[in-house]
Amino acid sequence: MNAGIDVPTVERFGALYIASARLKSMSKWRTIIAAVDIGNPLFYLIAVGIGIGVMVEQGSGTSGTNGIKYIAFIAPALLANTAITGIMDETVFPTIEGFKWRKLFFAQNSTPITGRQIAIGVYLAALCRALFAVIAYYILLLAFDVVNFGISILLVPIAVLGGGAFGALMLFAAAKIEKEDQFFNILGRLVIMPMFLFSGTFFPLTSMPVYLQPIGWISPLWHATELGRESAFDYGISTTMVVVHLVFLSTLLVIGLGLATRQFERRLSK
Amino acid sequence: MSNPLISARGLTKKFGDFTAVNAVDFDVAKGESFGLLGPNGAGKSTIMRVLAATSQRTSGTVEILGKDPELFGPLIRAHLGVVPQQDNLDGELTVTENLYIYGRYFGLSKKFIRNKIEELLEFAQLEEKRELKVEALSGGMKRRLTIARGLVSEPDILLLDEPTTGLDPQARHILWDRLFRLKEQGVTLVLTTHFMDEAEQLCDRLVVMDKGSIMAEGSPASLIKQYSSKEVLEVRFGSDRNKEVAPQLATMCERMETLPDRILMYTEDGEKLLEKITHAGMHATTSLVRRSSLEDVFLRLTGRTLIE
Repeated sequence: MNAGIDVPTVERFGALYIASARLKSMSKWRTIIAAVDIGNPLFYLIAVGIGIGVMVEQGSGTSGTNGIKYIAFIAPALLANTAITGIMDETVFPTIEGFKWRKLFFAQNSTPITGRQIAIGVYLAALCRALFAVIAYYILLLAFDVVNFGISILLVPIAVLGGGAFGALMLFAAAKIEKEDQFFNILGRLVIMPMFLFSGTFFPLTSMPVYLQPIGWISPLWHATELGRESAFDYGISTTMVVVHLVFLSTLLVIGLGLATRQFERRLSK
Repeated sequence: MSNPLISARGLTKKFGDFTAVNAVDFDVAKGESFGLLGPNGAGKSTIMRVLAATSQRTSGTVEILGKDPELFGPLIRAHLGVVPQQDNLDGELTVTENLYIYGRYFGLSKKFIRNKIEELLEFAQLEEKRELKVEALSGGMKRRLTIARGLVSEPDILLLDEPTTGLDPQARHILWDRLFRLKEQGVTLVLTTHFMDEAEQLCDRLVVMDKGSIMAEGSPASLIKQYSSKEVLEVRFGSDRNKEVAPQLATMCERMETLPDRILMYTEDGEKLLEKITHAGMHATTSLVRRSSLEDVFLRLTGRTLIE
């Protein structure tokens, strides 16, 4: 027996080994990731800041947005959405790749590493990607003078929490599905797109008919957006609602991660 | 067998209604090279996944290194090297990165892995490819890297699932040579194959499997001795005539198998039998005398050929 093998250490740090391997793979795509994570917000800020925003404010001033400039109003939503798409890229694709395309998870699971550790490792690396994207976005918001540096820094952890809640569910879904093509169609068209449009992103949720509002209530994007607005410009949300938003997102995260780790274990032990 | 490294009793694995492995018993001793021979779908890979301490069995008992894999998965896997049927390397990483990252999953020190990588690159003849991305490697190189990766932790048991399937003859021979070296070093090998020549070359002992069950067990030589004759005469009379002449040929040898393209006649002396056939006025279009192989054992046991 090889005396250098150290199972207790792997039991403790296995998830971090997986995360660091994922980050290594991601780093091979660093140019593309940086271009996407910086280019995307840049396009939005320019289009909304000098285009749509100006038009909205000519129409109704800032009365519909609690006195906040339109671009500032949507900035927390865009930030949270960035975290969501970033974490989605880094949970969905690696998970399907790991189980199906290249079967990397089966290789990792041939060592003392467990399915649970693989799930958490993939998730942690995805959080890192989301954090990077959100920080880049936040710096651009500062540069464009959309938010002032200060308490608005809370936008970063809030967006990552929103992304993390959604990402945990995606991790589970990607581990569960067998046929990925249908999954991508449904995910993109029937989940991401409506969530982006109807989560109070471009207009307050309350300005929608009441029967459409539940889309926002169950959407991590809406909860993260509301929290973000409150932290960036004292949007006027009650403390109770702040707690509700935080509890909703944390609960989603914990449940999603619980389901995901169980599904990883199951699929690997088939 | 005293203190086997692997011991399975009544091992059964079902997927829904389908029984992939049906109550198989076997042991593997330390330093032994043990093979599972059978056609695709015989249940070999399923057994390998159970032996790799990942897949859960439906019933039966299994002990690997003295422990139950369902209770001590990580502890057992720490001392196994696994080479799956389909290479599952990280294509985006380089050759050395693949070895290094995998070594870390065993909790091995950076220093140990770095030294080990040098040794493994030489073993796998990949020294010059060390900084290449895995995607750029040929099939044979990827296979050797997967085996090298399985060896990074100096495992007590190396599990190889169809190690040479899909490789060209030259790549296969290189791989056999490498595996033979491991065998000489005393590494316990468990391998599956549907190539009888591979089983003959590499296995000290093997089980012949079909449809989830073990049909026979023994060394290649003893299996051949027990289930086949010394020599085989293969004759072809053309696909239409094979059936016509079969009844007459059957009376001339101990046992006979009529395949779609040829007739196999089992005998102690192939040349003599061929003369007899010619004397009887039958002229085969082609004929070949060869020694019996595991293929013949399989045909005898199941009535089918290994590769269909």
